[in-house]
Amino acid sequence: MSYGTLAFQIVAAVAKIAFMIFAFLMPIASILTWLERRQSAMMQDRLGPNRANIGPFRAWGITHFLADALKFMFKEDFVPPQAHKFLFMWAPIMAMAPALIVAAIIPFGPPLCWGQLFEVVPGGACQQPVALQIAHLDIGLLFYFAISSLAVYGATLAGWASHNKWAMMGGLRASSQMMSYEVTMGMAVLGSFLVYGTLEPSAIANQQTHILSFNDSFQKSWGIFTQPAGFLLFLTAAIAETKRTPFDIPEGEPEIIGYFVEYSGLRFGMFFLGEFLEIVVSSSIMVTLFFGGWHWGAFIDDFLASHLPNVAFVAVMATAWLIKVFVFCGFQLLIRWSLPRFRSDQLMQLGWQRLLPVSIVNVVVTAAIILWARM
Amino acid sequence: MAVGVKVVTRPGSFSQQIYLPAIAEGLGITFRHFVKNFFGNLTGQRKRTDIQTIQYPEEKKAYPARHRGLHRLMVRDDGQTRCVACMMCPTVCPAHCITIVPEESPDGKIEKRPKIFEIDELRCVVCGLCAEACPCDAIRMDTLDHAKPVYKRGEAILDREELLERGVRSVAVQGGAGAFWRERVAGTPQTLPEAALLPGGPPAGPTPVETFAPRANASKPPGTAKE
Repeated sequence: MSYGTLAFQIVAAVAKIAFMIFAFLMPIASILTWLERRQSAMMQDRLGPNRANIGPFRAWGITHFLADALKFMFKEDFVPPQAHKFLFMWAPIMAMAPALIVAAIIPFGPPLCWGQLFEVVPGGACQQPVALQIAHLDIGLLFYFAISSLAVYGATLAGWASHNKWAMMGGLRASSQMMSYEVTMGMAVLGSFLVYGTLEPSAIANQQTHILSFNDSFQKSWGIFTQPAGFLLFLTAAIAETKRTPFDIPEGEPEIIGYFVEYSGLRFGMFFLGEFLEIVVSSSIMVTLFFGGWHWGAFIDDFLASHLPNVAFVAVMATAWLIKVFVFCGFQLLIRWSLPRFRSDQLMQLGWQRLLPVSIVNVVVTAAIILWARM
Repeated sequence: MAVGVKVVTRPGSFSQQIYLPAIAEGLGITFRHFVKNFFGNLTGQRKRTDIQTIQYPEEKKAYPARHRGLHRLMVRDDGQTRCVACMMCPTVCPAHCITIVPEESPDGKIEKRPKIFEIDELRCVVCGLCAEACPCDAIRMDTLDHAKPVYKRGEAILDREELLERGVRSVAVQGGAGAFWRERVAGTPQTLPEAALLPGGPPAGPTPVETFAPRANASKPPGTAKE
């Protein structure tokens, strides 16, 4: 199997998809279901779930997610008598699938050099690169918006198909909220698009080679320094998209329970896991756009690339990227357990009257600065 | 009738209206707690953390000294029960959980004693009236323990021997000792209740004398249980 043939590309794509889902998305999302409870407990001076041990294997209670999965499997899969059966069955999948699909555009490491795996390959000397990104799409971020906005169907259809007033209300709230914050999110990313001149995530990440560089009009710096306002806007909108506190209006646990009120068993588990998958995906998009993807600054990158064999270099950088993503997931959990929730009208007010104008101003100012820098 | 409308002007400077400083402050507080508890817990120094959790089966919190709990029957100097089967406690019990069948005592000085003394801890409402009604200081609820969980209802019915197991010698003067008991007690000072509490310990007797020391299976200090 030689480099560049169709068979090679298919095998590489399948391997990358398998890695993305089974080594990245699913484990992290599963661990987050436990981490959310454990971290919130630690923040609130409690201990949290620490004892779903398998024999002597306890590991601080990480195995709780296995116990949860097992519990979900053995629960009754209840469908309300008046519900629209087909849509009721499909809504959890509609809610979970977009997060998995969007992960295709995320670059998760430097390219592997096929044929030079165990040699030291300094930057740029790679003959047969295999990009660690499932799909190299030039429309990259547009694809992200297109697919992630489909997640609203999961919530809305679940609310509608359940034949329950509260679920319906949750579904309506979900659709209004997600559509409102979609606008801000797009505007926030527009700033990054202006700075880096591309929508392709790996191209954006590969420009952020320096953590903070004053040369080339800052264009080699991490996105957090070129687009600080954009980062805050994107973060806010991304949390609103995941429908978690402080933006948990669609779920509204103290009042309406939300669009999945009628769900039980593994179908509820899919909503639950889908929420955490969205956290992981939005964190990795944030890392890609604003924190340099897998880059840790030119000095560290070059040092490691010129001293480690290629496969080890890739492994180290992918792990470093994973740590970045994990820190962002933890940060989102921290926000979820620190801030009070908004009221529905306050949410709309924040989205349309505050964030959207600020994001438009951000785009205009960014464009003006770029224009000034190029003149 | 027009409804009065009161327009509330929200106070607050610009920095409050953009939320961000307050959010950063709040995140700082929660993150500080998280770091302190997380690393304290990881290094096994629970006492340095703020964690309030008591991990029940491994750690137990001692009940307060006046806690009413599992019953016990107190004993005389010679190890017999102090109970004289006067039927006060089953009479006063609002839950009818005490069953006493009296019998004649072989001891000439004692008229009656319980042949059967059973308490159904599942029916007991833990009101403490039985201990208050007892004229002999025979039944008490000061074991600082609660009724144990059982698999069968019958296991929750404690019989006389189980109740006596927890019993110790009471410092109260035993009633039913006949007339002129004060004079008899004065002639044998080693059985005086005060003597039992002397620093040198109680006089050698067949049964231990009640003390107010913590119960034997008192809780371990927090932090000893393995995380």
